[in-house]
Amino acid sequence: MPSKEAYITGVGQSEVGVRLPRHPLLLTVDAVREALDDAGLTLDQIDGVFTYPGKMAGYTAFSPIASEDLIEVLGIKSKWHMGAMEQPAQLSAIGVAAMAVKQGLCRHVICFRTVYEAGGMADPAQYMAGAKQDTVSGSSQWTSPFWATSAACWTAQYAARHMHRYGLTREQLGQIAINGSRNAMANPRARAITKEELTLEKYMAARMVTTPLCLYDCDRFSDASTVVIVSAEDALDEVSAKPIRIAAMSGSVDRYSWDQVEEFAAYETGADLWKRTDYTTADVDTVQFYDGFAFLPITWLEGLGFCEKGEGGRFIEGGTRIARDGELPLNTFGGQLGAGRLHGFGFAHEAVTQLRGKGGERQIAGDPKVAVATSGGGPMAAALLLTRD
Amino acid sequence: MNLPRPRPRLDQENTAFWTGGGEGRLNIVHCGDCGEFTHPPRLLCRHCQSENVAPQAVLGTGTIDSFTINHQPWAKGLEVPYVIARVKLDGAPGVYLTTNIVGCPVEAVDFEDRVRVVFEEQDGVFYPLFEKAD
Repeated sequence: MPSKEAYITGVGQSEVGVRLPRHPLLLTVDAVREALDDAGLTLDQIDGVFTYPGKMAGYTAFSPIASEDLIEVLGIKSKWHMGAMEQPAQLSAIGVAAMAVKQGLCRHVICFRTVYEAGGMADPAQYMAGAKQDTVSGSSQWTSPFWATSAACWTAQYAARHMHRYGLTREQLGQIAINGSRNAMANPRARAITKEELTLEKYMAARMVTTPLCLYDCDRFSDASTVVIVSAEDALDEVSAKPIRIAAMSGSVDRYSWDQVEEFAAYETGADLWKRTDYTTADVDTVQFYDGFAFLPITWLEGLGFCEKGEGGRFIEGGTRIARDGELPLNTFGGQLGAGRLHGFGFAHEAVTQLRGKGGERQIAGDPKVAVATSGGGPMAAALLLTRD
Repeated sequence: MNLPRPRPRLDQENTAFWTGGGEGRLNIVHCGDCGEFTHPPRLLCRHCQSENVAPQAVLGTGTIDSFTINHQPWAKGLEVPYVIARVKLDGAPGVYLTTNIVGCPVEAVDFEDRVRVVFEEQDGVFYPLFEKAD
């Protein structure tokens, strides 16, 4: 039977580290076990597996585990599964899972994102065999020949333009990483990534990667697995945890080419999210915004309408507004800058954690009920509106 | 930049773009029906889906829409810093190229600078780079 709503009923995460000796399949199973315990479910109740971007042959550091690996090793009798990169950014895997349970295909499904980029870089023969190629093709042929090798180079140009057009300053931009480090210090799972709080002085003195992005504006390779369990409304009586409703979701891609878009997809995806709900920005208690690069949360603040276009820098000025005790707490677990490159799923994990009041030392006050989690940057993006009803 | 540039794999869609520099041409796919340009190059027009498309030499001048001074050596031995820019092409509305600005110190590059194409050849591939026009 189709289900009216989809809920997140469990979240889990493995140890997060840099060059973890534990195999990425085992990290994934660690995260699954924690999520199942969290939800009060057992493996025999799981009937679907969804992931982003699916196992990447030749570059398994980026994505080492297939949905089918989990089905196989966990003995899941799956009714639907998917692992694909051709979707609007990382959290779209949770979006497709929500569609599957709403359609009645599945009752409880595992959504996961496993990264092994730090460990994989240290073992290229096993995890990066396909990375070295004689020629470039596809979309990278339009950037790599000019040594615009990394997404940092592509994002930097839009950040620089924002500075030029609207007056964003490095002091303002630095608040994203500073806020992330401060929150990461209160997150036990971020211990291997952030060892001390970042100061503005240290930020301003950091070496440039590609202007205006410095070292602290770019997330760093990590090893971890993050799991979110999505359940159908009519299966909630099997769950012991407080369910969090996926109240709305949105995603968009206009041009796939990074250098042909006038604006990043956060603007369109952000506007679309509010067309699918009666909630507004005024109802939101916390935001968890993709920050693979520090400029991206600024596009989300503007795109979702928390401030006017061009005002993102002034909105985060001084950092008080986005702090854990501010009016719009941002990336309360540290974000990817502070808590590691979990690649999108960390934002959903933290939104659920905060809405349930399970944040421990980093828990925000005021009984939060509404959160936004986003993923992506550049030409593709996805957003989730999560609520505790 | 003393390292050889990553080499695009030539195919039916992109060969005119990557080899046009041999004749001094910056080729962008142009539609014979609606007159719009399609980039990256395709075998049909992305505006009207006509198959009546062909590479057309554009002026080779443009304006810097944005840029970044890259300090990170992404490959061993790559000389830094260098400028990566997004150039808005004259005469091809809506088309931007990611490129390098060469022939001047990195500090001399600014938004809205006028630039013109210069081709750098490497084994039959002509990389369209840009230098300041004035």
